[in-house]
Amino acid sequence: MLEEIKVRLETSVPGCSPEIILNGSPSGQHSLLLDSAHAVEAATFLRDDAELRLDYCSNVTGVDWLPTETSPGYLEAVFHLYSMEKKHGPVVLRLRTENRTDRVHLPSLTPVWRSAEFQEREIFDLYGIIFDGHPDLRRILMWDEFEDHPMRKDYVEPDDYEYEPTAHDDVLTKAKQHAIRQPQ
Amino acid sequence: MISMTTPPNQEMHEGLVADGGQDELLEIALGPHHPSTHGVFRMDVVLDGERVVKLKPVFGYLHRNHEKIAESASYLASMPYTDRLDYICSLTNNWAYALAVEKLAGLQVPERAEYIRVITAELTRLVNHTATIGFLTQEMGASGTPLMYAFREREKILDLFESLTGSRMMCNYMRFGGCRVELPAGWLEQTKKVVKDFPRFLDEYEQLLTGNEIFMARAQGVGVLKKDLAINAGITGPMLRASGVNYDIRKVDKYGIYDRFDFKIPLGEHGDVYDRYMVRMLEMRESLKILNQALRDLPQGPIMDPKAKIRGFRPKPGESYGRIEAPKGELGFYLISDGSPNPFRYRVRPPSLINLTVLEDMCRGYSIADTIVIFGTVDIVLGEVDR
Amino acid sequence: MDQKLRIELSKQGIVTTTLEELYNWGRKNSVWPMTFGLACCAIEMIATSMARYDLARFGAEVFRPSPRQADLIIVSGTVTKKMAPQVVRLYNQMAEPKYVIAMGACAISGGPFKQGYNVLKGIDRYIPVDVHIPGCPPRPEALIDAFMTLQRKIDEQTLRGERRPRHLDPEAPSEFVVPRFGAHDLEPPNNPELFHILNNVDSCEAGEVDARGD
Repeated sequence: MLEEIKVRLETSVPGCSPEIILNGSPSGQHSLLLDSAHAVEAATFLRDDAELRLDYCSNVTGVDWLPTETSPGYLEAVFHLYSMEKKHGPVVLRLRTENRTDRVHLPSLTPVWRSAEFQEREIFDLYGIIFDGHPDLRRILMWDEFEDHPMRKDYVEPDDYEYEPTAHDDVLTKAKQHAIRQPQ
Repeated sequence: MISMTTPPNQEMHEGLVADGGQDELLEIALGPHHPSTHGVFRMDVVLDGERVVKLKPVFGYLHRNHEKIAESASYLASMPYTDRLDYICSLTNNWAYALAVEKLAGLQVPERAEYIRVITAELTRLVNHTATIGFLTQEMGASGTPLMYAFREREKILDLFESLTGSRMMCNYMRFGGCRVELPAGWLEQTKKVVKDFPRFLDEYEQLLTGNEIFMARAQGVGVLKKDLAINAGITGPMLRASGVNYDIRKVDKYGIYDRFDFKIPLGEHGDVYDRYMVRMLEMRESLKILNQALRDLPQGPIMDPKAKIRGFRPKPGESYGRIEAPKGELGFYLISDGSPNPFRYRVRPPSLINLTVLEDMCRGYSIADTIVIFGTVDIVLGEVDR
Repeated sequence: MDQKLRIELSKQGIVTTTLEELYNWGRKNSVWPMTFGLACCAIEMIATSMARYDLARFGAEVFRPSPRQADLIIVSGTVTKKMAPQVVRLYNQMAEPKYVIAMGACAISGGPFKQGYNVLKGIDRYIPVDVHIPGCPPRPEALIDAFMTLQRKIDEQTLRGERRPRHLDPEAPSEFVVPRFGAHDLEPPNNPELFHILNNVDSCEAGEVDARGD
């Protein structure tokens, strides 16, 4: 079914070239990788097309891929779409940023599906992806003065390990740091 | 309570003019500590007299970084944390997570375990809907009495959970490939007795509330949610069905063995508070029907998939999205695995958070007292909104 | 006074008591909690005040929503760093005599969510706690037991001297510093007057760190 959607997207939205990403697990939920320039058009097509009618965007997830030898690392937004009218799904869309540091802009799909509103704000708060076109992009879960993006893989949390009743492994090393610094 | 932690949001007032001859709009913050007992939730409302002009929900006061903890814990270690997501109904959270992992790893669940899962999930639905309706009446001003009746029934079902799983609320009962322990002796008879006595409680509640003048005046026509907005905003659960959309994941996805049971989906017409209340009452009656059928047909057999590994569980690299019809809406888990014992990405799709998207649309134009009532029917739990 | 003499007199209809006992008896039997539920423990707190495990028979007749009218704050649920300033502010607004019950593992020390960037590892970093209840969530009977422990604690207080309550002691502080939101963490991360850490370097090498929060 995903091949048909790919073909129809290529014909209806000129310039759009989705790529199919295969899924290794037995769930069989393969995904379509869209490019940022045509994402909003492709999403509108998917929502309004008479056969697909994917009018329900169920889930928007942010993923952080660290740099490897082959790629500079990127942040990703994954959309799960279902159809309430035709009762089929899921169709999985992916949007990727170019790297993790400065080029982290993605188009917002909130004008297409309003359910993405809070979820994109959460991805901005926790991962740092900036969604262009979002009506109200600000922090949602952390306080406004907070400066980090906590869900990234390289986030270092603040050190408040002064009191650890059952310390072991790396928590024990962190607790020992405090003991050495403040002897009684 | 006026909040002093964040500066007043200047953009809230932009472009808004007071109606009705008054010069100023009043901006207040309802919460995060308020007696509506839904948790630590804040709403910044801009008022014109008593009417709400603009409303912005603010949350994050219970953000316990469940998703980050799951990335450093194994798959099974995250199961007790899923109890604490929607802490009123913990067994359905467990089932959603187990479903997602079973899709990821390709595990099969034996029949007896499926029946037990359905029985516990429908009991959880009863627990949740009684609590919701009880809290709704408290917000309307009936300070505590219907809530006492609702909690009386809830305690009976919590006793069942305690004898089955060991804990009243944080049950931690499902495992990947089945259930954790076998049913104790006498549990089935106890459950049958509770299910037989439950319709009497529902009749009592309906007599108190459904035809009640005050209830109808405060609930009918209040907080209307239109069908198209509901679909576009991703609303699921009783809120969606009260607006007239026939979408229940038990009938659409047919996960588990729900295609063997005969039950109807109640739909509302107007999408107001009264419809949402009626949809929940009728859903409780349908749950009792499912429970009767499941208790009658429960087969013998194993409760765990013999091929499921408890120790050293490493699914193949890939991803999966599993969802169920939780009492509040669509609860989904999205897992990405990279072959290690810990998930690479673990995401919870919370129904309460998505259902809050339309809170402003529903509350505009109504008074503050109605806002609290409308907020009560959205039926959120902060553990799920903030995770 | 001799206990036997007291009983004899009370049989005749004469009740003898001391001012301290009377004062404490009045205070401990009408402790009104504040509606302060944060998370899962709040549901158990509500269940404790419902028909089966009735908390009202111990004196907690009504749960007051306003901090000015409440005596007891039951911190039930995880206190996050975003919520911590609000908790301390509410505690400051309560009038003396006031008590704190830390209900559940999360309020005592962060609980199962301890390794979190947004979780405050125990409310006793900022406010003084009187009774701690372990459990996740603690059963309603455990909350009732904590309530009775609090009543026993009130009973042991004297009107003068070392063990007098805080509101009779002009030196003792009753309002504590409210933390501010910083760029990465709360500032200050704990209140040094309340949260003392005793470190024993020898036992730390054996693998334990000893701490005491007041």
